[in-house]
Amino acid sequence: MLHLERWKIFLIVLVSLMGVAYAAPNLLPEEQKAALQASVSPWLPSKTINLGLDLRGGSHLLLEADMKTVMSERFSNLASDIRDEFREKEISYERPQPTPNGVTVMLVNPQRDGEAAERIARKLEKRAAVTLDAGGKLSLVMDESAISELQRQVVDQAIEIVRRRVDESGTKEPIIARQGENRIVLQMPGVDDPSRVKALLNTTAVLTFQLVDEMAGDGPITSLGSERLPIKGGGSIVVKQEKLIKGDMLTNAQPQLDQNGQVAVSFQLTSLGSQRFCEISRNNIGRKFAIILDKQVISYPYFREAICGGGGQISGNYTMKEATDFALLLRAGALPTSLTIVEERSVGPSLGSDSVQGGKVASIVALCAVMLLMFASYGLFGLFADIALLFNLAFIFALLSALQATLTLPGIAGIILTIGIAVDANVLIYERIREEIRHGRSVMSAIDMGFQQALRTIIDSNLTTLIVAFILFSFGSGPVKGFAVAMSIGIVTSLYSSIMLTRLIIITWLKMAKPTTLAL
Amino acid sequence: MAFRFRIFKDKTHFDFMGVHKLTFALSGLMTVAMFFLLFTKGLNLGIDFTGGLMMEVKVPAGVAIEDVRGKLHGFSHGHPTIQDFGKEAMLIKVPGKEADSDTQKAMYAEVQEKLGKDVEFRRVEYVGPQVGGELIKAGLWAFFYSMLAIMGYIWMRFEWQFGVVAVFALAHDMFSTLLFFLITQIEFDLATVAAALLVAGYSINETVVVFDRIREMMRKYRKMPMGELINMSINDVLTRTVMTSMATFMAMASLSIFGPEGIRGFTYAMLVGILFGPYSSMFFSAPLLTYLKLRRTPATEKEEDNGGGKKSKPVAAT
Repeated sequence: MLHLERWKIFLIVLVSLMGVAYAAPNLLPEEQKAALQASVSPWLPSKTINLGLDLRGGSHLLLEADMKTVMSERFSNLASDIRDEFREKEISYERPQPTPNGVTVMLVNPQRDGEAAERIARKLEKRAAVTLDAGGKLSLVMDESAISELQRQVVDQAIEIVRRRVDESGTKEPIIARQGENRIVLQMPGVDDPSRVKALLNTTAVLTFQLVDEMAGDGPITSLGSERLPIKGGGSIVVKQEKLIKGDMLTNAQPQLDQNGQVAVSFQLTSLGSQRFCEISRNNIGRKFAIILDKQVISYPYFREAICGGGGQISGNYTMKEATDFALLLRAGALPTSLTIVEERSVGPSLGSDSVQGGKVASIVALCAVMLLMFASYGLFGLFADIALLFNLAFIFALLSALQATLTLPGIAGIILTIGIAVDANVLIYERIREEIRHGRSVMSAIDMGFQQALRTIIDSNLTTLIVAFILFSFGSGPVKGFAVAMSIGIVTSLYSSIMLTRLIIITWLKMAKPTTLAL
Repeated sequence: MAFRFRIFKDKTHFDFMGVHKLTFALSGLMTVAMFFLLFTKGLNLGIDFTGGLMMEVKVPAGVAIEDVRGKLHGFSHGHPTIQDFGKEAMLIKVPGKEADSDTQKAMYAEVQEKLGKDVEFRRVEYVGPQVGGELIKAGLWAFFYSMLAIMGYIWMRFEWQFGVVAVFALAHDMFSTLLFFLITQIEFDLATVAAALLVAGYSINETVVVFDRIREMMRKYRKMPMGELINMSINDVLTRTVMTSMATFMAMASLSIFGPEGIRGFTYAMLVGILFGPYSSMFFSAPLLTYLKLRRTPATEKEEDNGGGKKSKPVAAT
């Protein structure tokens, strides 16, 4: 154990220096941090630790989509679509009814209409299994995977709406992500009073189709009843204020290939909507209409012909992704999902910086106390352990920075706990060396045995702690996760610094001082 | 020889086994007390678990908690409780179902109106009732899996008896931490659960060190009575146990003194755990081993000398 190959020595020194280098940018003042990050390659030491919302101030919201309502709306829409189609195809029916996972409808004359009815049902909802029983009951049933697919779509729509709302509020660097089946996490650094965003989130999305005012030029608006609206992606356009089609007349939208094989977006309308759309399109062939979501024009196609089939297709030079996004926005406007806030954690900037300050003071005091204890107990060897401890801290900061892990308040606690636990390996080794000396071994042999014997214990005991940290990480939420990350990193780095680094220091010292007795 | 800080001058010979009946009784008593308090008094659950609204406000110097309490008396939404929270700061809480988003808005307005413009809202936390329930579930699962994983690991590395004892030790630590929270009525929140789990990890660390020594001794002294052997093992690692506990305790103490108010509950849990962890491994789990029939393993003195780092599984004795 007391012999280290040259390459190992080289590696230990290299890793230690890199640790210090990668930790160093954290010590710079704020402005210089940014300047450094902008100027050097991301592989060089420039990254700094990401502070969590509880340390930098900010808001964390957990939103839940009201799936129950969404699903029941979906199915009652489907029921009314079925009613419309059946009426049109002259299929006699009774009581179309939404069920928890689909729609049922009684056919008056199943022998005559059965096949046609099934075809219509399949066309209206491709994801549903359609069955017709002997009594003439036609049921559309969506299985679990179809429903969860539908729910995923609903959450996607909701995320899109949340993103627009948050952008509207001018919040910088928001993090919006799906969580679980029906939840959305929204994190807004620097926002300590999320009431504005919350108010915006409460407003439902408004989707309208309005005619473009083709008389208006780029100048000021001349005609009454027109307004200038921004276009998604830049620019603006003047539209007439009359709302021809509203979101609730739209039932669905999806990307599709048109007859020319080009990517298009098709949409379906309710019967009222399609009547209106038919009339408007007939009177405005060749004119443009704007599709407006929340006061923003997302597209302005023109009517190529009268569209009376209950839906339409918007072609343009879309890529598949653009078409998918467009359809998503249409659906989001058509079927707004109501979101409730199920969790909120907001921290003001002053509390955040107070926490950082408190954490710093506590870390320094803890560090000094532990270092003193080690020195007082083990003298020179204690000093060796102290050096390793300092490097250990540098390693923790280096890893946290390089991995861009988020440091939270519990994370700080994790680091401080590590300061205490990190010396454990050294204590185990030193106590073992003392014991070996008591057994009458020579200096070299005692140190050698001490390292050897303690190693197994160190590995066993640290692995168990690491296991707990991993479990905390997988089960904990937000703050607890932060703690687990800091803790695991701390365990790994402390193992390295107390086993490898201390060993190197002690070996070097043994070579230089050649002691005959051990002052331990 | 230079001055050295030593808790124990030399090898210690404390009789841990001798008092094990007493300490077992103590542990039993503690468990009973814990369950009794759990069902009578209950934990002071934070809003993480109950759901509710919590606000930390910074108040101007000189504003006493009674003032705030008086001013918020007759509050129109829910029933807020108010407590001091460090320097010039207070926590206002509205538990459970009373706390909807209207309450929050009304609180903002009312607190600001009644306490003046100097009030600063430093932190607002709202946990919906369903989320609270989920967090409890996740916490319990985390605890369960920790137990399972630790038992599995120790079983693999040692013998099954050690694994079983380790789980008892874990429960022991959990119970003592819970007892502390039951007696002090310090708020029990998500961070505290994390702390409790870490206490468990830390204490297992402690237990493993003792186990490791016992295993080593079992190889070395095949004829020594189990009780004596365990006693010797605990004494052998005693200095290390005390040193590490001191270092960890000092680190956590400095966090609870100088650190931010927000994680005080967490640090208290850790401090208690650091004190009880070694206790459970020395006075509870190690003595408990004597009650489970451990197989003695054949190993020669020579093997022990050069094979300390070996991880070979011991062979059953005949």
